[in-house]
Amino acid sequence: MEIVYALAIGTLAGGGVWLLLRPRTFQVLMGLTLLSYATNLFIFGMGRLALHKPPIVDAVSGTVNPSLYADPVPQALVLTAIVIGFATTALFLVVLLALRGLTGTDHVDGRES
Amino acid sequence: MNAILRHLIVLPIVVPLVTGAALFFLAEARRGARIALATLSVGIQLAVAAVLLYLTSDAAPYIWPEGVGAYAIGAWPAPFGIVLVVDRLSALMLTLGAIVALATLIYSIARWDRPGQPFHSLFQFLTMGLNGAFLTGDLFNLFVFFEILLAASYGLLLRGGGALRVKLALHYIAVNLGASFLFLIGVALIYGVAGTLNMADLAGRAAALEPDDRALLDAGAAILGIAFLIKAGCWPLNFWLPGSYSIALAPVAAAFAMMTKVGFYAVLRLGTLMQEYETLGAALFYIGLATLISGTAGMLAAKHLGRLVAYSLLVSMGILFASLGLRIEALTTPVLFYLIVSVLTTCTFFMLTGMTDRTRETDPPVSSEDWEQEGEPVYVAYGIKEPSVHHEGEDIGIVIPAAIAFLGMVFVSCVLLVSGVPPLPGFLAKFALLSTILHSAVSNGTATSTWVLCAAILVSGAASIIALSRIGMRLFWGIASRRTPRLRLLEATPVAALVLLCLGLSVAADPVTQYLEHAAYSLHQPDTYIRTVLSLDTRQKSGEQ
Repeated sequence: MEIVYALAIGTLAGGGVWLLLRPRTFQVLMGLTLLSYATNLFIFGMGRLALHKPPIVDAVSGTVNPSLYADPVPQALVLTAIVIGFATTALFLVVLLALRGLTGTDHVDGRES
Repeated sequence: MNAILRHLIVLPIVVPLVTGAALFFLAEARRGARIALATLSVGIQLAVAAVLLYLTSDAAPYIWPEGVGAYAIGAWPAPFGIVLVVDRLSALMLTLGAIVALATLIYSIARWDRPGQPFHSLFQFLTMGLNGAFLTGDLFNLFVFFEILLAASYGLLLRGGGALRVKLALHYIAVNLGASFLFLIGVALIYGVAGTLNMADLAGRAAALEPDDRALLDAGAAILGIAFLIKAGCWPLNFWLPGSYSIALAPVAAAFAMMTKVGFYAVLRLGTLMQEYETLGAALFYIGLATLISGTAGMLAAKHLGRLVAYSLLVSMGILFASLGLRIEALTTPVLFYLIVSVLTTCTFFMLTGMTDRTRETDPPVSSEDWEQEGEPVYVAYGIKEPSVHHEGEDIGIVIPAAIAFLGMVFVSCVLLVSGVPPLPGFLAKFALLSTILHSAVSNGTATSTWVLCAAILVSGAASIIALSRIGMRLFWGIASRRTPRLRLLEATPVAALVLLCLGLSVAADPVTQYLEHAAYSLHQPDTYIRTVLSLDTRQKSGEQ
């Protein structure tokens, strides 16, 4: 499971970096989006991958065995990171459209070549 | 009384947050009320910062005996909840930030805050992000405050519109988004290894790690460091900075003078806390030196004053990082003094740029038609006519006489500050840096790096005089195409006040240096910081009973 997960993160990050370096604004936007997916998966993975472990402790059970539960902190972090990343990417989209409207081209430098 | 004073720590974050939100609900037409509210908020921040500065100094040892105060948000105990920590360095940065914010806010009232975008709200959020970043004791919380200040800066940078500004803002956003992802990866890696995000707790756990884990932690810290260096404008990660800072409106650029220092603060804070200097020091020295050299070259090449000031900002960042990279503990005090001077200088200089740009008629500041097309980007892009309440010709406040003489005086002061010529404190700061470096070089055997740095600092000072006098001659003595700008009292006052403050800094250098020495001492004794944060739980309860 770890290998598949790591490969997925690597593919997303690699594709993201490649797109980020492309000259079209929409490609840059997609690159940033892919990078944010890779980052979010990475944060989630840092809480260790585990199956069938809830992140919330039962109120009823008396003594708590922490090995039966997943680490809730990375899940909280990833939630915050998703929200912030989404908001800033949306802002980037607005600026992208404004640049397209002002210059008439979708090149990141506002002109071809 | 003490219980109330303990809650002061959270005010620099809460006050701008509430004000910024409240400003959204005030109609644009009620300009007076908006200005009053925004100024009040920044004034409160300055007052709180000054009180914190006083409380952390040795003058008032009864609240925080060792100059470190911690505040648990929601009274959650320290390693689990988020803590805010104020120590001498934080208090210093808060005060500096509040001074810059107050000056730029007053400056912006004169003409720059005209409607179209919520300038005042964004400005409040910018100060909130800055204050939060200086106060927080939690890594992920630091990320959140970085994002708040960046989000506000995106909006502020776009003010004024025009294709050039939108283009450079796009670059700025892309670079900073990339840096934010690096920041997140670094934080996640550190959490994955050490299992904590609290900086104080992290410092304790990092020392106890296995060598294998320690390597991973160092990798995480290095990735985090790259993110900080991007924000601090270090070579080779700074090509976005001169462009975006020089096209930002003058008060916005002046407020941004504090933003690069957040990156420096984060490196300094985490570096001393986690004692990462041994591994990061050498790299920091070369990065700083490269920044210094490239910034100097940029200053010599710059044709427009705004770009030149942006490059001088890079030079100051280079000096700061290179000095930090020498790993001399005695150097921290002059580094902090230089930091204060360089923030005030850059802020004044950017404000001056906004005034001198108006002296030209035929010689447009950056290029071609971009400056005439002054609409908000979104309105222009979608072809909507901009709703304008406030008209361009409308003057606010009193126009001051002898405008060119005033501008010339301020320009000369800025040149003296940047190049380090007495009597202004730029000289004192550079002198203290050089003498400390030379002193340690003599006592510890001469290392090549110290001589290289001394030479680089001196050469960059000389180069800045050349570059600035060339620009100054074109600005003030070039007879073709100049007109006398109309300066409002509201614009001139903060600029003059900052210059006077600098002058005061060289008069009162002794008490300031003493405070900075204490700040540097507590930075290099992180045990007090760690102990105060981690023992916060019990102290909080006893305070409430």
